[in-house]
Amino acid sequence: MTRNDNMGPLTRLLMNDAQGRKLLMVLVALAVIIPFCNLVFPQDSFFHISTYTMTLLGKYLCYALLAIAVDLIWGYCGILSLGHGAFFALGGYAMGMYLMRQIGDRGVYGNAELPDFMVFLNWQELPWYWFGFDQFWFAMLMVLLAPGILAFVFGFLAFRSRVTGVYLSIITQAMTYALLLAFFRNDMGFGGNNGLTDFKDILGYSLQSDNTRAALFIASVLAVIIGYLISRFIVTSKLGRVLVAIRDAESRARFLGYRVEYYKLFVFVVSSMLAGVAGALYVPQVGIINPGEFAPINSIEIIIWVAVGGRGSLYGAVIGAVLVNYAKTYFTGAFAELWLFMLGGLFVLTTLWLPKGVVGLWAQIKEKQQIRKAGSAAANASAQGDVS
Amino acid sequence: MSAIPKHIENPYVLYMDGVSVSFDGFKALNSLSLVIAPGEMRAIIGPNGAGKTTMMDVITGKTKPDSGTILFTDTHQQEYDLTRFDEADVANLGVGRKFQKPSVIESLTVFENLEMSLKGGRGLWAALVHKLTPERAAKLDEILDMIDLSDKRDWMAGSLSHGQKQWLEIGMLLGQEPDLLLIDEPAAGMTDEETMKTAELFKRLAQKHSLVVVEHDMDFIEALDCKVTVLHEGHVLAEGSLATVKANQQVIEVYLGR
Repeated sequence: MTRNDNMGPLTRLLMNDAQGRKLLMVLVALAVIIPFCNLVFPQDSFFHISTYTMTLLGKYLCYALLAIAVDLIWGYCGILSLGHGAFFALGGYAMGMYLMRQIGDRGVYGNAELPDFMVFLNWQELPWYWFGFDQFWFAMLMVLLAPGILAFVFGFLAFRSRVTGVYLSIITQAMTYALLLAFFRNDMGFGGNNGLTDFKDILGYSLQSDNTRAALFIASVLAVIIGYLISRFIVTSKLGRVLVAIRDAESRARFLGYRVEYYKLFVFVVSSMLAGVAGALYVPQVGIINPGEFAPINSIEIIIWVAVGGRGSLYGAVIGAVLVNYAKTYFTGAFAELWLFMLGGLFVLTTLWLPKGVVGLWAQIKEKQQIRKAGSAAANASAQGDVS
Repeated sequence: MSAIPKHIENPYVLYMDGVSVSFDGFKALNSLSLVIAPGEMRAIIGPNGAGKTTMMDVITGKTKPDSGTILFTDTHQQEYDLTRFDEADVANLGVGRKFQKPSVIESLTVFENLEMSLKGGRGLWAALVHKLTPERAAKLDEILDMIDLSDKRDWMAGSLSHGQKQWLEIGMLLGQEPDLLLIDEPAAGMTDEETMKTAELFKRLAQKHSLVVVEHDMDFIEALDCKVTVLHEGHVLAEGSLATVKANQQVIEVYLGR
């Protein structure tokens, strides 16, 4: 038997997932070691990890969660969304609004009720859609609901009309671009061009303190772990196999009696919410959210992470996101103007030679080794046969 | 919407009357009428473009007919107007369809393909928390046995031979437990031996299900030994035993004579 349906849920998830187990172990180790080295060792110690590094890693983890979200729909259901940056940004804005309200009267204008940019625009009172964002729980709810509702409405219309393939990709690009333009407008009430920034506290703890940074880092690790397990639960269930059926032979799934549009909608909404959570954790760590996050290029970059890591393997998406973003951090520092060419080149390379990404490369090498081993074993056997 | 006739004399599984479909002025189906009795096996032949695939499309809800009646009666004698349903609904009412090109999920195993086809559990939640019960597992073993793929249950469907994929797809139809099976060119790409085995399998199936088989292979149709309908330009040209149809002058002209 290759599958074990009758075990506990967590066992079932990780039973046949050696790489996933490794990934989770690495993540747990990171969650312990990095904050420990940051907080316990003094700055001049060899073992000290700077807050900058910790925050950078935290940012990569948010991208990793975003990559998992995209891999879930693209790798497993074949929905190539080129607008997932929008869900990430919406989650980020929901968190940003909470952080703005946390500033209180410590803004430049000292207005306890209105964020600075509203005072600057001569607004007299808080717009209705800002109500509730002073409450953490409400903001967190919106982190899930804002992307989720957009994904539901968008997905309902698109999937019901059977928009697939490139056409779907194009309208997802249009969606994120439309949001970009909308959020740029000052009268939208989200800080326009500048976005939301100058955050001070989260849940009353200063965002500048190392302790808070460490807590945010740990929260990011947890989010990736939970996101991974949720996605893994979905793709190892029968629902996951229906998604694969939709990816590989959509009409077969229909003629088997599965409502393809509901399945797509479900996974699209789950994915958008994961992206929203990633955005919400990203914002307090980088300290700003602005309309630039809606830029179509961002959404395309996510696809490259997943492709490089290995489409259709969740841990591959995590590896891809971290690798490409590490390269980005390094190269935009060293040769800034070349980065976009490298990114494009990377995508072409992956598409041509690594259809299963970095993760697949490993499997390819192993397979070759095994064939070679089997070959030499067979040769040995026949040699021995000759002797006897 | 045409009215459902209140009274049709003989019991039927599928009742099509005056069904027409046109694409950009081309009449793919031209007032097609066809009645399939419960437990009947029917072979459909006809030249390319005769409307065989379009006929399957209108029955399974993929294409809406411009006019005409398509009725389906399930085993509970419940009557449905198929023109009002889409693919997933029609499938769940009890109409299974096999495509011309074998269409299995290549990146899933043979077992997983069949498991997915098993009747019931089409909802999201049911699929998410699905567990294979012993009864269903037994049912799967039975199907695997019937389609001769027991030893390949954990193979990727993509690594099967063409003929085996055809059988897997037939197995998936069986898993759906449909009342009516629509089968498009099952013998294509099969060896002679496989073709004959398939014919045997269909004959066994016809005892419990109704089958509509579209095929070009005359040997296969002969082996099926059933009533034959000849389609031409979207309507029925002739109907009867293979021998009668073969002797029909019109049929010879448009199809067999070539």
